[in-house]
Amino acid sequence: MSDAPQVSVECQVNGSTVVLRGHPMDRLLAVLRLQLGLTGTKEGCGEGECGACSVLIDGKLVNSCLVPLLHVRHTSITTIEGIATGDRLHAVQEAFIAHGGAQCGICTPGMVLAAVSLLARNPEPSLDDVRTALAGNLCRCTGYMRIFTSVLQACRQ
Amino acid sequence: MRSFLPAFDLHEPADLPDALGILAREPGQWRPFAGGTDLMVLLEAGKLPPGRYLSLWHLEPLRGITVGDDEIVLGALTTYTEVMESAALRSECPLLCRAAAETGGVATQNRGTIGGNIANASPAADTPPALLIYDAMVDLVSVRGVRRVPYDRFHLGYKQMDMARDELIQAVRVRRGRSNWLQSWRKVGTRRAQAISKLCFAGALEASGDIVHDVRIAFGSVAPTVVRAAQAEAAVRGRPLDGDTIAASTAALARDISPIDDLRSTASYRLRVAQNLLQQFLSNG
Repeated sequence: MSDAPQVSVECQVNGSTVVLRGHPMDRLLAVLRLQLGLTGTKEGCGEGECGACSVLIDGKLVNSCLVPLLHVRHTSITTIEGIATGDRLHAVQEAFIAHGGAQCGICTPGMVLAAVSLLARNPEPSLDDVRTALAGNLCRCTGYMRIFTSVLQACRQ
Repeated sequence: MRSFLPAFDLHEPADLPDALGILAREPGQWRPFAGGTDLMVLLEAGKLPPGRYLSLWHLEPLRGITVGDDEIVLGALTTYTEVMESAALRSECPLLCRAAAETGGVATQNRGTIGGNIANASPAADTPPALLIYDAMVDLVSVRGVRRVPYDRFHLGYKQMDMARDELIQAVRVRRGRSNWLQSWRKVGTRRAQAISKLCFAGALEASGDIVHDVRIAFGSVAPTVVRAAQAEAAVRGRPLDGDTIAASTAALARDISPIDDLRSTASYRLRVAQNLLQQFLSNG
């Protein structure tokens, strides 16, 4: 359809400047995966309930399935691909490996981003803080206990 | 099923006057779009009406929390996270912070807005009962100027609001000076995180000696709109908080609300729990 509205949106993704193109209501989730090939961001429910598509926009945790492309102009986006520094994994990623925080892996990128966002706000969270911070991220494998342990252990690194 | 995107537009106005001009020139042709936490869900489900949407997210005059002498003004785009982080709201309007904390998870709280929660007009929204406790006023802005409406008269019926087609919610004003009132907020849902309410209660009362001087009682999910329970309030105002008063108030509550059966709960459960929550609140006074 030639008359469908299209926008070009300049933003930063994992530190690089990119220009994203599409319908202004395209979901950030789809744009990241299809235009940039950043498939670490997962689609779970597609309705903001499960947190699998979590990314950071200007440091704030969001569900990328609910963010329209138009709203990321001039923002800085961090996906799971931007959490490690070169070959050095983030303390949260190391802790998920060390403590069995990941099983099938679909929820893991969102869990890691939610945990990274928590630790940025609160470097010494209680178990209750961790549970609240991850309440928007669903996991169908682990039963959550190993995830909570991983996040708490990451704070001690 | 996913919506057909070419049937939609999302337009970014240059600034607030531009947005108001667009709404005035083409009233009814545009729907406001703020954080997208509700509209994007509907879009994905194929339930969002096709048409033109006006993006408000970048309009700075609609942002920010301002603390005045008698009131706190929340810009319409104030997010749940900003509500929870405001020291003034935490001390003066704790029920509003509780409601924000129990609305969705962190990601929703970072994008969902107070103006959106009002304009979406869901009877199951969680911040509106708290807003009623603090005698909230809604500022509506259009090219014609700003109009102020008491929030307890803003919702006229299911998804019906006292809001013209060219108006936007600019801000919500909540009253200060109630930190010494007894205050309580309760959400009843299938689980604590993420779940939409079966019902939601907010109450506040000021008593000295045994006599209740003033009281606010509000509920969500028990009527076509969020409601202030005027008859339950009248039954306790100016009276001692004894068993007779509490019984009269919980009985009167049945006339204030009109719960229904739906996918989340039943009318009889909602009535019973609403009365129990009110009784528990008044018994602690």
